[in-house]
Amino acid sequence: MLFLTGVCTVIAVSVLFVILGYLFAKGGSSLSLQFFTNLPAPTGETGGGMANAILGSGQVLLLATCIGVPIGFIAGVYLSEYSGAAFASIVRFMTDLLNGVPSIVVGVVAYTLVVLKTGTGPLAGGIALGIMMIPIAVRSTEAFLRAVPTSLREGAMALGANQWKTIGTVVIPAAMRGILSGMMLNLARVAGETAPLLLTAGLSMYWNHGWTQPVATLPVMIYTDAVGPQEDLHRQAWAAGFVLLSLVLLVNVIARTIISRGVHKPR
Amino acid sequence: MTGSASIASGVRPQGWVRSYVGRLKTGDEIARLIALTAASTIIVITVMLVWNLWTVSAPTRLKFGFAFLWTSVWDTNTGQYGALPYIYGTAVTSLVALLIAVPLGVGAAIFLAELAPPRLSDALTFLIELLAAVPSVIFGLIGIFMLVPVLQSSVVPSLKAVFGFLPFFQGSFYGVSIFTASIVLSLMIVPFIISVSREMLLAVPRDLREAALALGSTKWESTWQVVVPFARSGIVGSIFLALARALGETMAVTMVIGNTPNIKATLLGAGYSIAAKIANEFGEARGEVLSGLVELGLVLFALTIVINGAARLLIIMTTAKGTK
Repeated sequence: MLFLTGVCTVIAVSVLFVILGYLFAKGGSSLSLQFFTNLPAPTGETGGGMANAILGSGQVLLLATCIGVPIGFIAGVYLSEYSGAAFASIVRFMTDLLNGVPSIVVGVVAYTLVVLKTGTGPLAGGIALGIMMIPIAVRSTEAFLRAVPTSLREGAMALGANQWKTIGTVVIPAAMRGILSGMMLNLARVAGETAPLLLTAGLSMYWNHGWTQPVATLPVMIYTDAVGPQEDLHRQAWAAGFVLLSLVLLVNVIARTIISRGVHKPR
Repeated sequence: MTGSASIASGVRPQGWVRSYVGRLKTGDEIARLIALTAASTIIVITVMLVWNLWTVSAPTRLKFGFAFLWTSVWDTNTGQYGALPYIYGTAVTSLVALLIAVPLGVGAAIFLAELAPPRLSDALTFLIELLAAVPSVIFGLIGIFMLVPVLQSSVVPSLKAVFGFLPFFQGSFYGVSIFTASIVLSLMIVPFIISVSREMLLAVPRDLREAALALGSTKWESTWQVVVPFARSGIVGSIFLALARALGETMAVTMVIGNTPNIKATLLGAGYSIAAKIANEFGEARGEVLSGLVELGLVLFALTIVINGAARLLIIMTTAKGTK
């Protein structure tokens, strides 16, 4: 039995290596400098790149960060530093509820609330992903702030700082490393989200023209190219998949290393 | 860190006002109000989300009532909306995915929490967490171009040779199918089962293991007969959590399920799921079609909320038991 549980572990871990190896082989060989600098090739022609999708993803993620991080961070501060009331448990419940909403449903809601008024584009896409970032931002901020020892707060107050100065100059800086890594993980998670962007960001083969015009994003391009008919589109999908996965995993490795350094879990 | 409001009780109104103005001047109250605003925003967003699903789906919800859930014709030309084939596809892919992922995930969690040396366990858990971070569209890509050929050339023919008499493995196989979607889903949810179950097993008090070992049981006996039963509800919670993820998963399923509404016993035929239907047909949806698709979203939302809630309850029960 001991052997069998080991086999289970090996299978699960090997899935990661199969994915990495396959993407590396297929995507690495399809990747070229063109991929980062050119627009997608017109139908029927080979070559081309995804420069517009890379920019579009950046634009959407920037807006998502501007929405999700401040709201999530400040609400996390509220839960950790000002809680105790029944109101805090309502906020926690709502956060959990929001966290459990499937990404496609967030896309549906962003579509009916934003797209029907402004059309598809980075604005609607950024709002959808921003909403998805909020719950994790709240919970990770709260967790890292709670890990700050009470004695630090008491020390600052004993020196005459009032509550918000204590929080702003002592508690938050002490938890900053963890909070920042949490936000990085959060961003990496929504960077790969495809379903909400399919409904909200739209699709485009050209440079983007503004916040309410359809825009190409990496995950959506991977999807449309992968289900497309031509071999050349498939190659583009592999290259884009390789770029996306490398970025997501790189951010994960960096953030997790920062979090785990210096923290020893008792076993 | 209690709020300022608690000092209000029992203090004269004048004093209360003075201390409030004092807190305003030093900025404490302003900071608290800003934090309160951000926290309230979350409530507003969540309520708006549910309200929006409820109101936009009103036309079809009122027209078809609960028949929406168990009729199977979806025809935008005749104005008929029935969700059964999509609900069926979502349920079957998720359940078959659990059948594959649960033994694999729980087995690996037992290995990582109980049997592996700590350093090896930490390294492997790190890799499992990376697997959980792989975007779903990448799983879809792997599903289409790697899994489908492998299934077609070797796995499905041998399955049919052995289990061909079962209704689940009859009919022809064209690569994209409910079975393919289930396998991709199972690979996607395994990391969640592993990491949550591992946490649950690690939360089991040490004395229980030591007592079992002192009574002469082997390492495996103490694990299987003492530790795992103690963490049982937490492990079930992790399975529910994984189920909720599988139900809501969109891209990977859309890419390999075949996108054909079917209700058949065979797993080898094409199917459709709620999330895939929304992703494929939302494009330029207006009017009643939009209402029908949003109602599908409402059904999906309700399903995942119930299952997530059950999962959280089971997990809280286990961790509370461990710290008692």
